[in-house]
Amino acid sequence: MSVQYSSDELMDYDEVMERFDVVLGLEVHVELGTRSKMWCGCSTEFGGEPNTHTCPVCLGLPGSLPVVNKKAVESAIRIGLSLGCEIAPWCRFARKQYFYPDMPKNYQISQYDEPIAFDGLVELEVDGTGYEVPIERAHMEEDAGKSLHVGGATGRIQGSDHSLMDYNRAGVPLVEIVTKPIRGTGTKGPQVARAYMAHLRDMVRALGVSQGRMEQGQLRCDANVSLMPKGTTELGTRTETKNVNSLRSVEAALQYEICRQGAVLAGGGRVKQETRMWNEAGGFTTAGRSKEQAEDYRYFPEPDLVPIAPSREWIEQLRAGLPEMPAVKRARLQSEWSFSDLEMRDVNGTEGALDLIESTVAAGCAPAAARKWWLTELARAANERGVLLEDLPIAPAQVAEVQRLVEAGTINDKLARTVLEAVLAGEGSPERIVEERGLAVVSDEGALSAAVDAAIEANPDVAEKIRGGKTQAAGALIGAVMKRMGGRADARRVRELIIAKLS
Amino acid sequence: MNRDICTATALELGRRIRTGELTSVETTRAFLDRIEAVEPAVHAFLSVDGERALAQAAAIDALVAAGDPLPSPLAGVPVAVKDLLCYEGLPTTAASRMLEGWVPPYNSTVVQRLLDAGLVILGKTNLDEFATGSSTESSAFGPTHNPWDLDRVPGGSGGGSAAALAAFETPLAIGTDTGGSIRQPASMTGTVGVKPTYGAVSRFGIIAMASSLDQAGPCARTVADAAALHAVIAGHDPADSTSLDEPVPDVVAAADSADVAGMRIGVVAQLGGEGYAAGVEQRFGESVELLRAAGAEIVEVSCPHFTQALATYYLIMPSELSSNLARYDAMRYGLRVGDDGTNSAEAVMRLSRGAGFGAELKRRIILGTYALSAGYYDAYYGSAQKMRTLIARDFAAAFEQVDVLVSPVAPTTAFKLGERVGDPLAMYAGDLCTLPANLAGVAAGSFPAGLAPEDGLPVGFQVMAPVLGDDRVYRVGAALEGLAGTADLCGQVPDLPVEGSGEAAK
Repeated sequence: MSVQYSSDELMDYDEVMERFDVVLGLEVHVELGTRSKMWCGCSTEFGGEPNTHTCPVCLGLPGSLPVVNKKAVESAIRIGLSLGCEIAPWCRFARKQYFYPDMPKNYQISQYDEPIAFDGLVELEVDGTGYEVPIERAHMEEDAGKSLHVGGATGRIQGSDHSLMDYNRAGVPLVEIVTKPIRGTGTKGPQVARAYMAHLRDMVRALGVSQGRMEQGQLRCDANVSLMPKGTTELGTRTETKNVNSLRSVEAALQYEICRQGAVLAGGGRVKQETRMWNEAGGFTTAGRSKEQAEDYRYFPEPDLVPIAPSREWIEQLRAGLPEMPAVKRARLQSEWSFSDLEMRDVNGTEGALDLIESTVAAGCAPAAARKWWLTELARAANERGVLLEDLPIAPAQVAEVQRLVEAGTINDKLARTVLEAVLAGEGSPERIVEERGLAVVSDEGALSAAVDAAIEANPDVAEKIRGGKTQAAGALIGAVMKRMGGRADARRVRELIIAKLS
Repeated sequence: MNRDICTATALELGRRIRTGELTSVETTRAFLDRIEAVEPAVHAFLSVDGERALAQAAAIDALVAAGDPLPSPLAGVPVAVKDLLCYEGLPTTAASRMLEGWVPPYNSTVVQRLLDAGLVILGKTNLDEFATGSSTESSAFGPTHNPWDLDRVPGGSGGGSAAALAAFETPLAIGTDTGGSIRQPASMTGTVGVKPTYGAVSRFGIIAMASSLDQAGPCARTVADAAALHAVIAGHDPADSTSLDEPVPDVVAAADSADVAGMRIGVVAQLGGEGYAAGVEQRFGESVELLRAAGAEIVEVSCPHFTQALATYYLIMPSELSSNLARYDAMRYGLRVGDDGTNSAEAVMRLSRGAGFGAELKRRIILGTYALSAGYYDAYYGSAQKMRTLIARDFAAAFEQVDVLVSPVAPTTAFKLGERVGDPLAMYAGDLCTLPANLAGVAAGSFPAGLAPEDGLPVGFQVMAPVLGDDRVYRVGAALEGLAGTADLCGQVPDLPVEGSGEAAK
């Protein structure tokens, strides 16, 4: 696929920050990890053969009726509570009506003016400064099917000659979380948005209501942004950017839109109210559907479903059962692990690292070592493979085992890297790899001594320097010994032998 | 016609099949023959599945032969089902071109309960397209004729089920009632039809017209038959969220007792008087007097908001209908027009809906779409919902004073085919007595009160009872049936022309 380029004029980000205030609004869809769909018993599993997870209800066949998935309601309430929201004592579903082939009923069952949760607040920290993201509402709705447009160059509907529909996703439960306008983010708007998404991801995972995998669409963000000239109070025209499928893109897409809108406004232009699509490969947004004419969804209360009326007792029971929230957990672990703020920031900045380090520590590894392996060697491996840390084929317990072998002196750090690579390559447990590959450090003094002698003989100049008291030159000889031993030597012991032999 | 079988009550047929006096296959055959003979004149059915009906009948006969217990008192008895209920394997069309030939892959709960109770499904009956009408004339497959006078409508939307009963093509039928579609056809054909309490019978698998009003119910020629069928189809269904999780009132016992002594019966002041045909008023008045003579206490009750029921209904019903019918877009099933490679999906949707829906349906879709539009919602749908609450309060206040409310079912007897087709308002106005019960979700039934002296056509008597008071409807209906002697009213249906022979079919 060729990378497209954009011809948008962009203003320098710092200049935008000097001249404008940023107002953000984030609409996030969380796909719930319930076993069955929102209104029927069909599986929610991702990736089945097209139209195999369907029934008369999720296909919207004549006569079919929805029945609410109680687990989904429970998940929505727990999400609402975790966002600090009020939970509605009584609320209804509503039909949002528009025609589109991916919607079997040509209306989406959603919630309109009676969301299950409303008025919450999320507190975040970015670079040591606290920010508040006010939550407007969290409501329940159903997902649509997927269209596959065939015959065109772009895979989009324009230019295609026919479309195929897959309704496996139709009726999968969603919770949509909508913020109020987010102000006062100064120059950090895009970072705050990213931190908010990371917070939601960690939150839904902690709750166990979703895996929160952005790349699989389990967490989808529509990012709204507008600019207003400094000193003014009237909100500017916003754009809504879709197709933002990673934490990095949330930040990048907002930064791009801010710079683009800055250039439009500075040039005397008017920002068009529209949907914009984020082009991940090119790093820019393109114009989508115009939203200048508000669409009329003809919402009305869903007559096929009875109102949801969660009892106070149930809500309090769910509140009492909430897990530790991500920010609290991070603060606790930082203190337990004695990490500096800087060290902790690296952990927080790497997707999935916190939980993996926690599991590794739980498997008996020292926190610092766990942090080291996951953020260096394994982060690099994940990067190379283009996957998330948690998708690497290595378990926290295996990382802990590697560290145990290092501490026992069986392997050194360098060998440990080799072992980790081998685990990732599927060669089995660290212990087995050390054994099968013969990677254990050589502790046979005779062999070591012979290798040191050989290195001295081969490097008379260096040996002379050391004899003359320049012990820092020993490094060159250590390297030669390690090479000779295939890396399987304890460097400290080698150094001791060299100094002893040459003094 | 095999008079012995076709004019017998359903319970009598059930008893004879159970005792081996008669087989279900013989019974089923008799009705299939009758259908074949009179359908060209009546056109009550949209499809007949004789083969499967006979197989179902044979299965019941095998149980009887083996001495095994039968699943219900109606086991082996034929039933006709309005073509709005999904019945796996047989086309379910809603009498619309849009669904012509569509075969559902699943059974509606009502159909499943009929099968589980051992009833034999003869076929699917005609209706107004998607149940939108009061005469069965908006069926895309041609109108049904009233057996009492073939030039007249059988009422609607369930004219097929009612006409099939009056023509002795079936002993039992299933209808659905959104604004009177069971009761008004019953009234116009001299048969019994009950709209149970909203939520008493599962809506799962019944093609929706207006979800908050739709309710399926029993149609029969006698009150006891209707009650027995009611008992088969009613009861909680987890597949319908609006289904009531409450015990079904003992309607069979109520129909059996038929005792109104000491009952307080309220005559609704707003449903009668000007605009009501003389014969309708007369038979209604006589019925009330019969009930009084049987020991009921009669009082006049005022339900002031009932006068707004028509306007309220014609906002709520089209609003829900416009939404419920959105799914018929040619993408997944049903009629598809214009898919020739030059049209977008959107254009195919438009062309298909344009071609697949009839005029009355389009009128209601447009009304409903308008009523739900931003800026109009509060004035139309919103205020209609408020009025609906007031109508429900009228009922609640009335039921503080009385056990049941009574009124005529329709202001007139059956009208001529074509008479009101060009005048939707006159057609709609004919429903004003039946609409309040749907808007409030209460139980209501139509029972034969005799024939109007001026035209010799049947007149119906409506009984309305509180939510889950369905048994009271049957109690009063059964009492009237006994007092007025209307159990065999359809015996007075004139002879029908018979296909091919030119002989009278009766």
